[in-house]
Amino acid sequence: MDAMNPHTEIRDGRLVAIRRRIDPAIASAFGCIVLLLLLGSLYSRSFLSPEYLLQQLKVASFLGVIASGMMIVVLLGQIDLSVPWVVAVGGMMATAATGWGPLGAALAIPIGIGCGVALGLVNGCGVAFLRIPSMIVTLAVNAVAQGLMVVHTGGFSPQDASSPAMRFIATGHSLFGIPNALLTWFAIGAATVFLLTRTTFGRTVYAIGNRERAAYLSGARTRAVVMSAFAISGGLSAFGGVLLAGYASKAAQAMGDPYLLPAIAAVVLGGTSILGGRGSYIGTVAGVILVTLLQSILSVMQIEEYGRHVIYGIVIIAMLLIYGRGRRHAE
Amino acid sequence: MNSDWSYRLREHRGTLLALVGFIAMFVIYVANHPVGLNANVATTAANKGVLLAIVAMAQTLVVLTSGIDLSVGMVMVLANCLASSIVVGTPLMTGLSVVGVLLMGAACGAINGLIVIYGRLQPIVTTIATGAVYYGAALALRRVPGGDINASLADALTGQLQGAVPASLALLLALVLFVWWPFRLSVVGRAAYAVGSSEVGAYMSGVPIRRAKFAAYALSGLLASVAGLFLTCITYSGEASAANGSTYTLYSIAAVVLGGVSLFGGSGSAVGAIFGALMFRTIGDLLFVFNLDPLWQPLFQGVVLSAAVCLGSGRLLRVRNRLDLYG
Repeated sequence: MDAMNPHTEIRDGRLVAIRRRIDPAIASAFGCIVLLLLLGSLYSRSFLSPEYLLQQLKVASFLGVIASGMMIVVLLGQIDLSVPWVVAVGGMMATAATGWGPLGAALAIPIGIGCGVALGLVNGCGVAFLRIPSMIVTLAVNAVAQGLMVVHTGGFSPQDASSPAMRFIATGHSLFGIPNALLTWFAIGAATVFLLTRTTFGRTVYAIGNRERAAYLSGARTRAVVMSAFAISGGLSAFGGVLLAGYASKAAQAMGDPYLLPAIAAVVLGGTSILGGRGSYIGTVAGVILVTLLQSILSVMQIEEYGRHVIYGIVIIAMLLIYGRGRRHAE
Repeated sequence: MNSDWSYRLREHRGTLLALVGFIAMFVIYVANHPVGLNANVATTAANKGVLLAIVAMAQTLVVLTSGIDLSVGMVMVLANCLASSIVVGTPLMTGLSVVGVLLMGAACGAINGLIVIYGRLQPIVTTIATGAVYYGAALALRRVPGGDINASLADALTGQLQGAVPASLALLLALVLFVWWPFRLSVVGRAAYAVGSSEVGAYMSGVPIRRAKFAAYALSGLLASVAGLFLTCITYSGEASAANGSTYTLYSIAAVVLGGVSLFGGSGSAVGAIFGALMFRTIGDLLFVFNLDPLWQPLFQGVVLSAAVCLGSGRLLRVRNRLDLYG
C-alpha cells in the first residue's frame, strides 16, 4: 500500500538523493575521526575535552592551509611535490623580510606568500607550457628552492625570528577564544569552496581533471587555469610556512619536510581522486582533521618516532585500500 | 639492412646521448682536476657515481612500466641500516647476511608492487607512504648513526682491481650483465616495456601485465638494497637519514631523465640511466674542481636537474597537432 502513497515515494526519493550525495569516502573519513576520538578517550579522558579539540583544530589549520592548495592541484590530476621547500621559503623569506626594518616587518606576510606564488608559477609553466609531468617539475622546483635557501641562509645569514603580525595570526586568539590560525583556515577554506564551486576557474579545474583534451576543445583556457592552480598551491604552501614560522616564532630549513605526505594523505583520504576531477573540500577538511588526530594520538601514546612513521604509512595505505582504489581494466 | 641500423640508432639515441654527455663532462672534470687522473681519483669518483647509478637502475625498472618509485631512497637507507648491523663476522656469516639484506630489499620492492598491482593504488601515493614505513623501519634499526661492516668485503667493493680499475665499476658491470640484461631479454622484461607503452594495449594483447610489474618493482627494491649495501661499504656505518633517502630518490629521477628514459614509460634503458647518473655526479663535482663555494652546490644541482627535465620537452617541437598535447 505504501508504494501507492505519493508522500512516501517522495520521501524515499529524497533519502536516495541524500544517500547519493554523501560520498562514501567522506563518510568513512568522518567515521574514522569519531573512531580515533573514541579510541583516544579510552586512553585518556582529556581527548574529548573542548580545550584538546580546539588545540587539535589549531594544529590542523596549518596543514589545512597547505592541503587546500594541494587539493586544487590534485583536482587537476596533477600533484605538487614542491611543498617541503616552498613552505620553508615562505617562512624563511617572511622572517628575513622582518629583519629589513619596519616596512619589511609590515610586508613580511605578503613577501612570504609572493615568493611561494613565484615558485608556483614556475611549476605551472613547466606543467602547462612544457608539458612536463607535474611530479617531476615540482621535484625539480623543490630542489631549486632548497638550493636558493641554502645560499640565502649561508650567504646572507638573514634574521629567522618572525614578525609580531605572523605570531598574531598563528598563535593569537580572537572572538570567543577561537585561535586565529583556525579562523585563517576557515577564511581560506571558504575562499577555496567559493573558487571551486562558484567560479569559471573552479569548473574548469574539475573539467581539466576529468579530461583535459575535452576541456581544451570546449574553449576553456586550460593553460591559464593550470598556471593559476599551481600559483595558488605555491602561495598557500608558503602561507602555511608563514603561519608555522609565526607559531614556532622562527623559521628553519627543514620546517616543511613533515608536511608533504600529510598534505597528500589529507587530500586523498578526503575522497579526492588522485587522478583528478573528483572531490570536495569538506572531504579535505575531514582528511586534515583525521591526519592531525592520528599524529596527535600517536605522540600522546608515546610511540617512538620510528613507530609513528611505520603506523602512519600503514594507516594511509590501509585507508586508501579500503576506498581509494583505481578501476580494473574491465570496468 | 640500412633501415634496421637507423632504427637501432634511434632506439638507443637517449643512451648514446647520455654516454656522450658523460664523456664530455668527465673530460672537462679530469682536465681541470688539480691532480689529474690517477687510480685514486678515479676510484673515489667511481664509488660516488656507481652508488647513484645503482639507485638510478632501480628507478629505471619502475619508470619503464610508467610508474615511479619514490621509496627507492628509503629502501637504500633501510638496507644501509640493516647491513651496518648484520654484515659482520666470518665470511660465511657475511655472505648469508648479504643475501639477507638483498632479500629484504626485494621484499620491500615486492610490497610496493603488490600494493600497486592488486591494491590498484597510484604508484606515487603508494611509494610515498611505503617510503615512510621503510624509513621508520630504518630508524628502528639505527636510532643513532653507527654500526660496522665486514672490512674485507668493504675494501674489496670500494677498492681497485689489479691496482688500477675501480672495483665498483666491476660491480656495476656485473649488475648490468646479471640483473638488467637477463631482465631486458626475458618475456617479463619485454612485457614491462609493453605495459609502459600502453597498459590497455598490453592487456588486450594478453601480455602478463601483473608479472611484469611485479618483477619490475621487486627487482627495483633488490637494486636499491644493493645500493644500500654499497653505501655501507663506503661509509663503514649505517645512518637512518631521511635527507639522504629523499636526495637519492630525487637524484635517481634526474639520472633517469638525463639517461634518456621516458618518464611516461616504455622507452629507454638502465644503461642510459647509468650514464645519466655518472654524468649528474660529474656535473656536481665540476663545482669542486672549479673551486666554487660548496654553498652553491644544492642550487647548482637543482638547476641542472631542472634543465635536464626541460630537455625532455623538446618533443613538443615535433607535435603537429596541438590536441596531441592533451593525451
